[in-house]
Amino acid sequence: MSTVTRASRRDFLKIAGTTAGGLFIGFNWFSCDSPKVEVLSTEEILSQAKNFSSYLSISPTGDVVIYSPNPELGQNIKTSFPMVVAEELDADWEKVRVVQANLDTEKYDRQLTGGSGAMPHSWERLRTAGATAKYVLVAAAAKTWNVPAEEITVEKGIISHKGSGKSGHFGEFVASAATMTAPEQLTFKDKKDFKIIGTPVKNVDAKEMYTGQPLYGLDFYREGMLHAMIQRAPFGMKIKSVDDAAARAVTGVQEVVTFGNSVAVVGSSTWPLMKAKKLLRIEYEPEGKVESSADHDRIFKELLASGKAEVRRKDGNVDAAFKNAAKVVSAEYQCPFLAHSPMEPENFFAHVKGDKCELIGPTQTPDRARQSAAQILGIPAENITVEITRLGGGFGRRLRADYVEEAVEVSRAMNAPVKVTWSREDELTGGAYRPAVRYKFEAALDESGNMTAYKLRGVGMNAGNTTREHNFPSGAVDNVLIESVNYESSITTNAWRAPITNFLAYAEQSFLDEVALEAGKDPVQFRLDLLQRAKTNPVGELGYDVDRMIGVVQAAKEKSNWGKNPNVKQGFSVYFSHRSYVAQVADIAMEGGTPTLKKITAVTDCGMVINPIGANHQVRGGIVDGMGHAMYGNLTFENGVPKQKNYDTYRLIRMKEVPEIETHFLTTDFDPTGLGEPALPPTGGSIANAIFAATGRRLRSQPFIEQKEFSDIKLDIRRA
Amino acid sequence: MATFNLKVNGKNHQVDVEDDTPLLWVLRDHLGLVGTKFSCGVAQCGACTVHINGNSTFSCVTPISSVGNSEVITIEGLSEDGDHPVQKAWEEVDVAQCGYCQAGQIMQAAAFLKSNPNPSMDEIDNAMNRNICRCGTYHKIREAVALAAKTK
Repeated sequence: MSTVTRASRRDFLKIAGTTAGGLFIGFNWFSCDSPKVEVLSTEEILSQAKNFSSYLSISPTGDVVIYSPNPELGQNIKTSFPMVVAEELDADWEKVRVVQANLDTEKYDRQLTGGSGAMPHSWERLRTAGATAKYVLVAAAAKTWNVPAEEITVEKGIISHKGSGKSGHFGEFVASAATMTAPEQLTFKDKKDFKIIGTPVKNVDAKEMYTGQPLYGLDFYREGMLHAMIQRAPFGMKIKSVDDAAARAVTGVQEVVTFGNSVAVVGSSTWPLMKAKKLLRIEYEPEGKVESSADHDRIFKELLASGKAEVRRKDGNVDAAFKNAAKVVSAEYQCPFLAHSPMEPENFFAHVKGDKCELIGPTQTPDRARQSAAQILGIPAENITVEITRLGGGFGRRLRADYVEEAVEVSRAMNAPVKVTWSREDELTGGAYRPAVRYKFEAALDESGNMTAYKLRGVGMNAGNTTREHNFPSGAVDNVLIESVNYESSITTNAWRAPITNFLAYAEQSFLDEVALEAGKDPVQFRLDLLQRAKTNPVGELGYDVDRMIGVVQAAKEKSNWGKNPNVKQGFSVYFSHRSYVAQVADIAMEGGTPTLKKITAVTDCGMVINPIGANHQVRGGIVDGMGHAMYGNLTFENGVPKQKNYDTYRLIRMKEVPEIETHFLTTDFDPTGLGEPALPPTGGSIANAIFAATGRRLRSQPFIEQKEFSDIKLDIRRA
Repeated sequence: MATFNLKVNGKNHQVDVEDDTPLLWVLRDHLGLVGTKFSCGVAQCGACTVHINGNSTFSCVTPISSVGNSEVITIEGLSEDGDHPVQKAWEEVDVAQCGYCQAGQIMQAAAFLKSNPNPSMDEIDNAMNRNICRCGTYHKIREAVALAAKTK
């Protein structure tokens, strides 16, 4: 079925020719219910070049350039976005060139990477871009050939009219297309006719990445640019005094700049600054709470017991249900702080020039970078340009603009172009982290093992709401109480891939496993029974689609041969986050007396899969990430300073620690949703539940390897 | 400061730096060869892997004073047109997510396959275990190394 969009009066899309005869299609994403075309003269285009360099251009030679607005950090948006445009355009993918767009809030909206939200947000907009371009090209061909547009077909960038035998490539019609008017209504392609979407398309930056071409922020160099490295204060401390004599004496150090509670060493290359930074003698004094991990453990326990909680959801009468329960199950789960640790450390280039500023580097939120710079400099945001480089990972770290602000500060102080580079030690000690959190779960069971009440209380740090109160099992239980308590920590925290759910899902899915076993039920059937209840007789608000969740649970049960092989102990987990559904089964076999994690089977419903290569990448990568941090990730504090300062003590998962991961995607007709995050949350749960099934040890805290329940378990990993 | 003569990717270079300057920073800051990546700086992640006389080496902990007349090869010099069997396998398998660690992974794989042209999967895992990929592309790295071994 084709989708039709209705035109609004607002200015959305502009079409124009250029002096070179090319076709440009420009968007104002802000006002974009649907397209309205404005045809401009060449002079107007040139005078509005900024507004018009734009989203899509087709040259007279038929080459198509598609600008990708959102920052690329490995989620593959730079390949998948243009695929959607090219699909509706019926372009020849071989002739498409993709260019990373700079920040432009007039042309693009939601020009950021976070929340797995880019594809669901832009799906229709991208289709509109491609379909509009095709419409005007076809109209131009129809006019040139004097044939009805309806009789014209387009395939791989070639426009053809069967009746007259005429055909030509896009480029032959761009000049004429620029004089056409886009339709008030637009018809999208039927999904069954897709030729690019749903096919494996390789990464558009592959060649550059594999030959070492400059792509990333850290690769940006400019003649005359200064380098800076920065010593930041421990959390909760401020600078008392700075002795920079020894640092200044290092050959290659040009200046030492103090701003706020940071001290920057500045010079013409990186290495002398690394040495000089270690020679800074800085005395700090407490400014606020100076925290250690032991404080956090104590605070969690206190606040779980007595903290003033925000009630997030209340169904029925929980107290009565627990009073009448045949059995009560209760458990607490806790996770530590984590660093984001993208492989490319934080860095940014800034050049402050009077009331103007140029910013270049890796950011998930280019507009936040710009706004932050504007605030520091006291200049209008429109005086600031932001060029987005490829990001060597992000995981949420680059949603923050702290390292951009540093570059701006140092550039202003030095009156010169400056690139700030963080070391790995800076990255691990400089914030901002996935905060620690502790949950208490309680379930009431009746005599038949039905869950009659469910209670969850979460205590988080700077986390706001630590729960997802309308997620499963809410809706499936008569009596529910979900509460959240927040503690304000002086340690800077930030969204970390699948915020909150990256741990909540593990805790919840492990606890439901505990409840199922106490109820004497198969863990999968237990969930299916609850889901059936939520479907036929839901309680209160549901934040998830019950049928889609049942879909992935059933499929994972089948694909994993759940419960069929007595020699394989299995752990189940399912979670809905960021609009997608993922169910997982982890398989552990006892081999020579050793529990061996052999495989994780994952079933995903993310609607239509745009690019199977990218989808596989995101699901497997999310699982590896979830497993690595559940197993090993731990950042602890002493007096406001992390103890783990590099990868020798802050352990990341490696090649030999990943099992086979089998991925399946449900074929559904839903519009595509994002995949950067949803596969991660269920992972800890599937593995922990399998470990319990195999060993009888219940892991209620992360990282697993540091729990006493795990200390004598030698978990082997069987690779594919 | 001292003057060092280096041979990188078959070309001779002269740089004036302190003798403890790691090869990594000479490549990046002084020679403009930014394909070799900085990530941990302490020989833990492998993003900075280069070949010195054919052996894979962490350039982040290799002082320039220790390089001497050795033959240094970086990702930019691994092949003329990006057509080294390992690079081709990486493209074929479409290994990368963010891509930042991949130059180091490729350099490690290329040196490994030179010393062990017909590795078992276990040997591949052992060899590649010293390079971290934060995106978790390990399955694809393994697949690409095996493919490169087959197609070389």
